[in-house]
Amino acid sequence: MALVELRDLTKRYQTEAEIISVLEDVDLNIEAGEYLSLMGPSGSGKSTLLNLMAGLDQPDSGTITIDGSEITSLGPNRLADWRANHIGFVFQFYNLLPVLTAFQNVELPLLLTNLSKDERRERVEVALNVVNLSDRMEHYPRQLSGGQEQRVGIARAIVSDPVMILADEPTGDLDAASAEEILTLLERLHSEFNKTVLMVTHDQHAAERAHRKMYLEKGVLHQ
Amino acid sequence: MKHARLVWKNLTRNKRRSILTVLSVGVALFLFAALQSVLTALDATSEVGSESRLITRNATGIVFPLPEAYTQRLRAVDGVEAVSWANWFGGTYIDSRNYFAQFAVDEETFFSMYPEIQIAPAQLDAFNGEKSGTIVGQGLMERFGWSLGQTIVLQGTIFPGDWEFVIRGVYEPDNPSFGDENMYFHYDYLFENSGESATPGWFIVRPSDPNLATEVAARIDGSFENSSDPTQTETEKAFQAGFVTMWGNVGFLVRAIGTAVFFAILLVAANTMMMSSRERINEVAVLKTLGFRDGLLSRLVVAESLAISVVGGVLGLAAASVMLANNEMLGSILPGYTVLPSTMLQGLAIAVVLGLISGFVPAREAARLSVVDALRRVA
Ligand SMILES: Nc1ncnc2c1ncn2[C@@H]1O[C@H](COP(=O)(O)OP(=O)(O)O)[C@@H](O)[C@H]1O
Ligand SMILES: [Mg+2]
Repeated sequence: MALVELRDLTKRYQTEAEIISVLEDVDLNIEAGEYLSLMGPSGSGKSTLLNLMAGLDQPDSGTITIDGSEITSLGPNRLADWRANHIGFVFQFYNLLPVLTAFQNVELPLLLTNLSKDERRERVEVALNVVNLSDRMEHYPRQLSGGQEQRVGIARAIVSDPVMILADEPTGDLDAASAEEILTLLERLHSEFNKTVLMVTHDQHAAERAHRKMYLEKGVLHQ
Repeated sequence: MKHARLVWKNLTRNKRRSILTVLSVGVALFLFAALQSVLTALDATSEVGSESRLITRNATGIVFPLPEAYTQRLRAVDGVEAVSWANWFGGTYIDSRNYFAQFAVDEETFFSMYPEIQIAPAQLDAFNGEKSGTIVGQGLMERFGWSLGQTIVLQGTIFPGDWEFVIRGVYEPDNPSFGDENMYFHYDYLFENSGESATPGWFIVRPSDPNLATEVAARIDGSFENSSDPTQTETEKAFQAGFVTMWGNVGFLVRAIGTAVFFAILLVAANTMMMSSRERINEVAVLKTLGFRDGLLSRLVVAESLAISVVGGVLGLAAASVMLANNEMLGSILPGYTVLPSTMLQGLAIAVVLGLISGFVPAREAARLSVVDALRRVA
């Protein structure tokens, strides 16, 4: 059984004038440890697909099974717990909490676990070490560059050791050099730490670095 | 507890706003304690005054005196056991802020009529033996640091001039609501010194049967009905209640205005707390993405507004207890003015309820928030 199985996934939005069909009977299998990219024009439903896989949104029909759980049937609390354990989400605009230091931001997902303070510290340090920001632990987001903020965002996504990393245009707001660092980092998560990574990108070059490329257009997923 | 830091960080992210909100809650609860205590005092005052003593005064108004000759006529009324009389002096001790009540009384009849005034017999004798002698309450002694035998000077207002009194006795009331800040001196001294003809301000009448007080009162007023100065007689309690009613109207006004101000402040505080949590809706969405449950996020929001309003409430109530309780000026204007523990508890309860209510709306919003919508809005 694949790590991720999407079956007949359909998502529509009802606006005043019309029904927008964002995803149309999408089927997708992702094996554990894969590194995938997802491209497509703006508004084609890439974020919607990621949100569905993260359990942040509900499909109109179809099923999403990840690591053996049929997440479309989970209640809100079970879903939140499931997300904490399975998904690391990386945002385009980093979404760090401005009042917390890099360390505290990365620690957030661990506050939901039973880990002791020392255990949490250890894990946060490991995660920040992976993204090569051990020397910026006590910095606040506003004291970091965009690339550094995104690395903190990635550290936060991996600190609870999720099975899958979902990254929605993680380099969309970065300069070329910083973007390169982030791409290298995501690649390492895949190759060194054996994470399953699904990355949405607009950048052809970035997409090429993934091992499997997908393309979303007019609600249809091309693999 | 590990989530406390998140709450703390949110509280301190805009320190000025948090401090202002805390202070406005504090002011509201200070106001609450102050007003509630006025009502406490008014309640206490209406308990003062005996049902078994009658007060006979000039029907035209309490400021108009009555002829001395009424003493004999009152004694002759059926059912009257004893009669005494007194005058309001209205003097000032050094400064008009040093307010306390002074009464010129008929020493032979007055004190036996008021068992509430407890005084050592030797001191009463010393007082009776000295024209300018005075008996003052223990509270006044402490307030002004007086000592027995000391001569004090009051400036007369109704009876002009400087008036010397020698403190010959100190009384303690048999219950606190009677007040321990009164001053009593000789009726004769007042009129010999003022040069005015002696006219009692009011009479105090003890009926032989307290149960017949109202009948006796009616009989008294009936017997003076057609005289030059008709009287109005009522129980001392009713007489006091009249004063309280006068105060009561003031109290009503104060309460109405105070309540309006109080709620205005609370609304502003609640609104500020709601606003500050709405500004962070994006962060709530991020925390949900990380796996924070809806319930936990609501509790964090409520904890925040609870912290603000409880800290504000405790500050306001603490200020009230320091500034209002045992405040001599308030105490002498409104005897019995005190901030009761029950008022403090009510205030604290209000603060808690305020925190819960102003946290409730944003907490529910946080719980219901759709991550997808919230993050889309930002992007
Ligand atoms: N709440 C919504 N109501 C109506 N339409 C929506 C809503 N959310 C998304 N859409 C529409 O769904 C489509 C896909 O959006 P999205 O997944 O964000 O695209 P992408 O990430 O590929 O740019 C867009 O046309 C967008 O306008
Ligand atoms: Mg998108």
